[in-house]
Amino acid sequence: MASWGEASQSRLIGKRISRLSGKDKVTGKAKYTYDINRPGMLYARILRSDVAHAAVMNIDLSQAEALPGVKAVIPLTEAGRNLRYQGQEIAAVAAETDDIAKDALRLIFIELEELPFVVTEADAMAEDAPQIRDWEGNQSNPGVNEQGDIEAGFKEAAVTVEATYHTPVQTHVCLETHGNVTEWTDEQNLTVWASTQAVFGVRNDFARRFEIPANQVRVITEHMGGGFGSKFGPGVEGHTAAQLSRITGQPVKLMLTRRAEHLVAGNRPSMTQHVKAGASSDGRLVAYDMRGYGTGGISSGAGFQAPYVYHVENRKTERFNVATNAGNQRAMRAPGHPQGAFAMDSLMDELAEKLGMNPLEFRRINDSSEVRQAQYTLGAQEIGWHRRNTVPGSGTGVKKRGMGVGSGQWGGGGGRGTQARVTINADGTVEAVTGTQDIGTGIRTAIAIIVAEEFGLAPTDISVKVGDSGPGLPSGGSGGSQTTASVAPVIKTAAIAAKQKLFEHVAPLLKAPVDDLRVGTSTIYVASDRTNTVTWNQATGLLGQESISEGGNWDQELRQGGVAGTQFAEVEVDTQTGNVQVIKIVAVQDCGLAINRLTTESQINGGVIMGLGQTLLEERIMDPQTGRMLNANLEDYKVPGTYEIPEIKSIVFDTHRKVTGVGEPPCIPTLGAIANAVYNAIGVRIRELPITPDKVLTALAEKKA
Amino acid sequence: MEKFSYVNATSLKQVTSLLSDSGWGEVMMIAGGTDLLAELKEYIETPKTLINLKTLPGMDSISADASGLKIGALTTVAEIAMHPTIQHHYTVLAQAAASVATPQIRNVGTLGGNLCQRPRCWYYRDETVSCLKKGGDLCYAVEGLSKYHAIFGGDPVYIVHPSDIAPALIALNASIKIVGPEGEKTIKVEDFFTLPAANPFRENVLEPNEIVVEVHVPKPNPNTKSLYLKAREKGAPDFALASVAGVFEVMGRTCQTASIVLGGVAPAPWRSTDAETALTGKMINDSVSAKAGKEAVKNAQPLNDNEYKVTLTQNLISRAAMMAVSK
Repeated sequence: MASWGEASQSRLIGKRISRLSGKDKVTGKAKYTYDINRPGMLYARILRSDVAHAAVMNIDLSQAEALPGVKAVIPLTEAGRNLRYQGQEIAAVAAETDDIAKDALRLIFIELEELPFVVTEADAMAEDAPQIRDWEGNQSNPGVNEQGDIEAGFKEAAVTVEATYHTPVQTHVCLETHGNVTEWTDEQNLTVWASTQAVFGVRNDFARRFEIPANQVRVITEHMGGGFGSKFGPGVEGHTAAQLSRITGQPVKLMLTRRAEHLVAGNRPSMTQHVKAGASSDGRLVAYDMRGYGTGGISSGAGFQAPYVYHVENRKTERFNVATNAGNQRAMRAPGHPQGAFAMDSLMDELAEKLGMNPLEFRRINDSSEVRQAQYTLGAQEIGWHRRNTVPGSGTGVKKRGMGVGSGQWGGGGGRGTQARVTINADGTVEAVTGTQDIGTGIRTAIAIIVAEEFGLAPTDISVKVGDSGPGLPSGGSGGSQTTASVAPVIKTAAIAAKQKLFEHVAPLLKAPVDDLRVGTSTIYVASDRTNTVTWNQATGLLGQESISEGGNWDQELRQGGVAGTQFAEVEVDTQTGNVQVIKIVAVQDCGLAINRLTTESQINGGVIMGLGQTLLEERIMDPQTGRMLNANLEDYKVPGTYEIPEIKSIVFDTHRKVTGVGEPPCIPTLGAIANAVYNAIGVRIRELPITPDKVLTALAEKKA
Repeated sequence: MEKFSYVNATSLKQVTSLLSDSGWGEVMMIAGGTDLLAELKEYIETPKTLINLKTLPGMDSISADASGLKIGALTTVAEIAMHPTIQHHYTVLAQAAASVATPQIRNVGTLGGNLCQRPRCWYYRDETVSCLKKGGDLCYAVEGLSKYHAIFGGDPVYIVHPSDIAPALIALNASIKIVGPEGEKTIKVEDFFTLPAANPFRENVLEPNEIVVEVHVPKPNPNTKSLYLKAREKGAPDFALASVAGVFEVMGRTCQTASIVLGGVAPAPWRSTDAETALTGKMINDSVSAKAGKEAVKNAQPLNDNEYKVTLTQNLISRAAMMAVSK
């Protein structure tokens, strides 16, 4: 049975190793889908609805078709159908240049009959609201869950808190917008350069869509500029590109605009929770009653975790979706968790204060995770928890500091379905090939590290090929923090198998049994006689005209799911301007075995920054008057920049020697930690994200009054 | 964007004659283009001709002497922000320029462009929304979402003027030189900007055939302390939620004169004579500065979502006054 061995035995695994593609990325050599240009390639654009709700009466494509340079125009809706949100697709154009495509869109004439719309949850739930989908009152049937005896719980409660917590819709803001370059090499063979998190998923989708064998679709994603859960399928834009490509017989590039990216490429649903909870005098959570909802736009899927992390014996939860005339939600980094964590960690602080308890102590009582118990101790020490205000808002001066804590949990144990090959060539070169994709997380480098460790080579000696369905070695989509735990065991076992084969070639030369062979630094030696050795290249030279090429298997002993995380925040609130500056985040992230400590820390940093953005800046702003998103850009949809990013102490809390993914979990505890720190600083609780200056100033003014 | 022809400017005379008789929007001027290009891409503006001003000679320099500064309209925002004399003697101007956007934008954006830039209002910037400013029937901010809109001087268009440099220049009592077909004229920067009540479609007094060529800033007295405070949601790049350009003549802790101009709160840079009066001749302490802030906002008329700007403006003025007399 394979194992990752002891830390002391590892030469590369668990160390800080720069990502292999780093140089290509900073020099611009790395090619993203956006950078792909094919001979004879056309540029495609999509005409989208400006309005939130309308019936299509007529579409006239003739003038667009007549524009010189336009090669194809196709409708994406038709008379008699309804447009149900701003940004919904109406028609698409392929043209010789992007400018011509843009001009052609303005020559498509569409006759609409505007219909009543609702773009906010409040409007959707209003009594006289127009019903916009098959849900009475625009509300789905609530899911109700009841456990324990909630009445008894509230009787036992020494204190109760009743509050409403809200997080708005957040969009993914992938730096590389969604899109594809599609090329039919003949009528039955399609090649797609896709900005995707799921090379094989996209391959299979295109094959179904165009009714061709899956192995006649090749999907390539060498580098990817951010997905966060929104890039698992080809989307309307992908299907449209391939269709335009088929009609014209030319390659087609179709990338979404920034505006469309906000409108139609997915979002994290909103959350509103009305919660009442009670705690006993000795600090146990004894009752939890929550009614909540969210909007995923016109689709469902607006779920969230409640209660979260901390255990409550007696609980009742009721949650439902609210339909609005807005683009569909999609999975977004730890779906349902950050929202739930914000509400739960705020609630925990409110209860602790009523009990007169240190909020950290209150958590310790209600948290059954031993890992997190240890993280509380470490994190508190790192942030200097003893320095916090024991009385919230008691700091003096205009700029007030405060500290808070938040928690999270995730799975990340990976899954079956990855196939990989590790090949050793006679010239000493090594290739590792699998159909996973590096969506920025560094799996390419992790694969190289695993193989290099096994072979006694350097990571740069390993040629890693990922992000291509061509070799026919499938792997799952990169979601659910599953990639490393899905891929690493297969690569590891493939490398072991290949090494074994190489040893079989080398054993006669060294006149030693295979079992007695070991790898050193670019050498193979005999364990019982370390002077008996060959170099790596001498060994591989024995292969002559052959290569060794071995597959692996998903050895479950090499991976494990389930992680706990805790973060502590220190903030400074300018009480005159309402600005919240995060001074420091201590992120203690349980992650099992970190294959590459450097990229694991980067994952944590990235999660913290994303969580910070959701807490302090990000919000999709829908206008009830016009039905439009008012900030479908990066000017008024604000994401963290250099000034917002604090000192981040990312602590890789490796509790065991098995691989677990941590792509998602580090973005979860940040929300509660910052929100609670703001409260600790100013003594006024803001229960609605993002915590922007207007809310801080308004809250401070209400406190004063 | 729509197609346009592109003409390199050779002289001011040529520019004003190209502009003549075309009315607004047919022929437009471009320098750094950091604002105009976005308007073209969004089809907010669809000119037939663009005149490239960057080819005009001698309009991109800063000269400083005992009487003050002369800054050509083509001077970049970065050059103003980094000019040692401006940093030292006209601090409010250097600070305001440094607070603009990003290094990339400051490196190409010009003084003239900064003063003549169009509003950032999210209704105005959406091509598909026909608002009052673009000839439609209503200002959507009145009933709609107005977090970033005006608390002073709005009626009937509640945009805010986005310039950081303009409040600083007005606080420094600067003048602006304008050239038209009939020749040149110089007016106070303060008189350059107009409110929507006078003209809902424009933000300044320029005629369609006029061009801003230079700004003159008189040298402040030696006992002057000046500063620019800008509140925003994000460190950079972000426009002001509210800003204060303050120029104070101080003796010890006494404020002899105060010139206070607000940004981000009105359709034009907004001089607060109420705050100036409350500070002039006073020994500045917490209560005097607080009172000045309060006086400044007594006539504010917030919309649904921007009541916070009243508090913010008040606080920024108090802070500026205290900073003026601190070491």
